[in-house]
Amino acid sequence: MTYIEFLQVHGGRMADGTVLTVVQFLLATVVAVAVAVLFGLMRLSRNPAIRGAATVYVEIFRGTSLLIQLFWIFFVLPIFGLNLDKFVAGFLAVGLNMGAYGAELVRGAILSVPTGQWEAAVALNMTSRKRMWRVILPQAFVIMLPPWGNLVIEILKGTALVALISVTDLMFEIRQINISTFMSVQAFGTALIVYYVLARFFVTPVMRALEHFMSRRIGRA
Amino acid sequence: MIEWRWHLVWELAPRFTDAAGKTLLAAGGGYAIAVILGLVLVLAQRTRFRSLTFAVREFVELIRSTPLLLQVFFVFYVGPQFGLVLSPWTAGLIAIGVHYGAYLSEVYRGGIESVPAGQWEAAKAINLSAAKTYRRIVIPQALPPAVSGMGNYLVGIFKDTPMLSVIGVTELMHTATAVGAESYRYLEPYTMVGAIFLAISLPAAYLISRFEKWVRRTLGMLK
Repeated sequence: MTYIEFLQVHGGRMADGTVLTVVQFLLATVVAVAVAVLFGLMRLSRNPAIRGAATVYVEIFRGTSLLIQLFWIFFVLPIFGLNLDKFVAGFLAVGLNMGAYGAELVRGAILSVPTGQWEAAVALNMTSRKRMWRVILPQAFVIMLPPWGNLVIEILKGTALVALISVTDLMFEIRQINISTFMSVQAFGTALIVYYVLARFFVTPVMRALEHFMSRRIGRA
Repeated sequence: MIEWRWHLVWELAPRFTDAAGKTLLAAGGGYAIAVILGLVLVLAQRTRFRSLTFAVREFVELIRSTPLLLQVFFVFYVGPQFGLVLSPWTAGLIAIGVHYGAYLSEVYRGGIESVPAGQWEAAKAINLSAAKTYRRIVIPQALPPAVSGMGNYLVGIFKDTPMLSVIGVTELMHTATAVGAESYRYLEPYTMVGAIFLAISLPAAYLISRFEKWVRRTLGMLK
């Protein structure tokens, strides 16, 4: 069987799997961004209880592995009566995990907005909400975009783990194809190329474009 | 009502201690490979051969932008197709070592690039050999900025070892899954694994940041 024939026979399943990988990736990214903003801001709260809760969350999710968290959410939560569909458990676990890393990026970026900006906003008599939304967050956003570019790639890679709870993503389909054909180089090799192309020619350019767009928006380009 | 069974925890403790040792062994072995491979990868990118530089650069990018899980499967299943059967341990260590080697090469590159051009020029001006330039001038200055990244990836490799369970490396995750299959209890084994990981990675992260400060102070770079 040549490689072309291999692709003709199994290409359809790989394409289906790739679509699911992309969907999982997009949903996980939404969860990660929401978690990151929420816990990043909580980490900066003046209330020690809120700050403490956020610290515990971040340390637990960053201190253990994504695979452990995924299995915990999928196998242990049902014991407590919370049954999640494998599809939801998949992107939720990836998003919650990566969001903990993102929270540190949000916190770091907000802290690195120059003090003068905070003082100027206070001097202009802005409310604290307005100061955050109009002055601090837009600048923090631009500061944190480059590290988010790396984190988003990690999210894409993280979604491969959902295959282990039988979400039929690219990783899952490739393993099935490998088992039925024993053409490991072709199967796993193709998957490597697909992930590489997704990361290098889709995700990275989008993040670069976003960086460029945002720095123009706040007049830095 | 779900009850947490302490007796199960005590029963499992010896198996988990054993498995934790294997997890640490996998992380340590993988890291040893990564530290050396990373150095090879970064030096290969600094030679005069453009095509070599390009090929290594693309290889590093490929490894960094594809899932470790996939690479683990690739290494484990591709060998037998060519008559080379690797044990789960060998395949696992190669996969995780190459993956983190690619990341560490980027850490080293950042460190080397942070050494000012004037240092290279001065070394050349006093006629130091390339080996001596690296050993006496560049590496001592490239090390402190690299130590923090190296430490982060040491914790990172430890947290990624559960992925080796998929090819049958009997580390913590593999043990927990086996216990779950035997006893139909998932709460205790998976929670124990999580707790063990936390108990190791949090102090490790703290010690690494202490070590980082110590390196900076020893090399006289702490302000």
